[in-house]
Amino acid sequence: MSSSLWLCGSLSIFALMQLVPQIIFAIILGAGIYLFSKNVGTIRKNILSGRDEDRSDRKSDRWMTMLRVAFGQSKMAVRPIPAILHFIVYAGFILINIEVLEIIIDGLFGTHRVLDVLGPVYDAAIGFFEVLAVLVLISCVLFLTRRFIARISRFHSPEMKGWPTKDATNILVIEIVLMLALLIMNAADYTLQQHGADHYSSSGAFPVSSMLFPMFDGMSDGTLIAIERIAWWFHIIGILAFLNYLPFSKHFHIILAFPNTYYSKLKPAGELPNMESVTNEVKMMMGMPVEGAEDAPPPESFGAKDVNDLTWTNLMNAYSCTECGRCTSVCPANQTGKLLSPRKVMMDTRDRLEEFGKIRDGKLENDESKNLHSYISEEELWACTSCNACTDACPVNIDPLDIIMQMRQYLVMEQSSAPQELNMMFTNMENNGAPWQFPPSDRDQWKNDLTTNQA
Amino acid sequence: MSESNTPIKVPTMAEMAAKGEAPEVLFWVGCAGSFDERAQKITKAMVKILHHTGISFAILGQEESCTGDPAKRAGNEFLFQMQAMNNIAVLNGYDIKKIVTACPHCFNTLKNEYPALGGEYEVVHHTQFLQELIDSGRLTVSGGAFKGKKITYHDSCYLGRANGVYEAPRKVLQALDAELKEMKRCKAKGLCCGAGGAQMFKEAEKGDKEINIERAEEALETGASVIAANCPFCMTMMRDGVKNFNKEDEVEVLDLAELVARAEDL
Repeated sequence: MSSSLWLCGSLSIFALMQLVPQIIFAIILGAGIYLFSKNVGTIRKNILSGRDEDRSDRKSDRWMTMLRVAFGQSKMAVRPIPAILHFIVYAGFILINIEVLEIIIDGLFGTHRVLDVLGPVYDAAIGFFEVLAVLVLISCVLFLTRRFIARISRFHSPEMKGWPTKDATNILVIEIVLMLALLIMNAADYTLQQHGADHYSSSGAFPVSSMLFPMFDGMSDGTLIAIERIAWWFHIIGILAFLNYLPFSKHFHIILAFPNTYYSKLKPAGELPNMESVTNEVKMMMGMPVEGAEDAPPPESFGAKDVNDLTWTNLMNAYSCTECGRCTSVCPANQTGKLLSPRKVMMDTRDRLEEFGKIRDGKLENDESKNLHSYISEEELWACTSCNACTDACPVNIDPLDIIMQMRQYLVMEQSSAPQELNMMFTNMENNGAPWQFPPSDRDQWKNDLTTNQA
Repeated sequence: MSESNTPIKVPTMAEMAAKGEAPEVLFWVGCAGSFDERAQKITKAMVKILHHTGISFAILGQEESCTGDPAKRAGNEFLFQMQAMNNIAVLNGYDIKKIVTACPHCFNTLKNEYPALGGEYEVVHHTQFLQELIDSGRLTVSGGAFKGKKITYHDSCYLGRANGVYEAPRKVLQALDAELKEMKRCKAKGLCCGAGGAQMFKEAEKGDKEINIERAEEALETGASVIAANCPFCMTMMRDGVKNFNKEDEVEVLDLAELVARAEDL
């Protein structure tokens, strides 16, 4: 009796012991997801600190834009080599995540390759993911080569010094390491399956990893299990760590590219938004009736002094930017040596917004003298020709021009600090109805001596 | 070349309204087209074409005022909206339906930014209008002066990227039987001339090159003898750029309206 009780007790302890990895896995998974959603929540709050702007119209056009530009990566195609490499990494990211789903189920329930029930579909999928993993690995190595050996100039502009370059390197190295872990895990698993080891039931096809690590075949099952387990844990913890790196990295674009393109500007690029608050003031000045004039509070300020004066789409743009620099590389001002860089405008907006959020959450002391203009200088703002080359080039439809224009509005309407020549242009326009100093009565002088050779 | 020197009478809206008439189209001249000596030639070419095709048109004359584009792009929304509302009052007063303009900045502002302030018109750029006239047979262009000549075309930002109009001006060039030599950067990738966003009215910021020099260099590389433009500001910038390379005797910068008027000896 007592001995059988002892046996029962030891069995349940043994069973519990077996559950330990599953419990640890569940805790790590839960913590990873919790932390990620918390940080995404902060970013969401930061974005929503921007001005309201209605982009709920033209839903089907918006879906099409998102499908074409974010999902189909249509704007990447102008530069074919990075377009192909980027597409591989992107497809790898999405598809290999199906295997991650299986890893999560296996981790939680202690199963081995639970999706094997799909049979030949599963074999094909795992085989395909392996090929993809190698292609992703090669692409990331080529990306690093482009950045640091070929030294493509847009990756080495002044605003890329320090963290932005480190961030880019981190992302590529993490992806390489994760792909290696996946392949090592698969190779050890495959060898164990070949050896007929317990728990490692035959499942999946491993066309790549089975070739990559031939030395595994000579190893003992114990060593192989250790390798497989370490690679498995490293891979999934690595993925969770990478997930939690995203909110602090330019790599967040993999998520925001979708909403950012959905909510992007659908109107003609040349159309700048109308400032309603100014419309009311001008109407009152001109003695025109203003609808709901009594209800509308007078505007507090004109233009953008700080990030919360920008619209929420401007702020989402800032978090969607992955600092590829295509905008800056086509900017006519930047190409001719001026200080303006549209990419820097987006990076500055994000940096200031992060700071703004920390001040709001009491994590940073407020320095009243600082605002968005402490990051973006007048010299940069006045160099823009509003040519829309930057907005056309952006692969995720970011609009730096809209931020530049709102900051100019603050400089002119709140600070009266336009360049002197522009003030003269304003005066001319007010007095003569033309940007130059010509009397309005001369406006139709050109027609006086007009003749044609035709009878 | 005939030299009949027949005077052209350009009616204003006020004159037409006094007679109880309404033109088919309002020709919005714009400040550059009105005051700038070089741009006046574009205006005149456009009027000659309108006159030649027998289209009933009118100008606002002294009732026209700046659309406000440079004020808006320089951050002065107050001034822009005052200009816009005054212009809209005039345009709506005459019940204007269709506007053609030879300036892509006026075109963009009238077409895209006036509706929010109560000014809704059908607005076409003169290159689109010329293409319409050619397509409908109201204007026939024989190659003439430009047949087989190498012409390069500079896309203005406000017609091109801002409004997606790339083909209409090229079709007009096709009608001239000219050989279109595209620049390395053209259409959506076209390089700005450097004048937009109110830059026309100020010195450029500190840099190592002027934008118009960069663009003129690219235009000259095509080996074309004519640089075709569609914007009076691009005209100024490209001419200055060509002069910088001392090529003004070999390479002409001409607006599309001027090319058509010259081809037809108007």
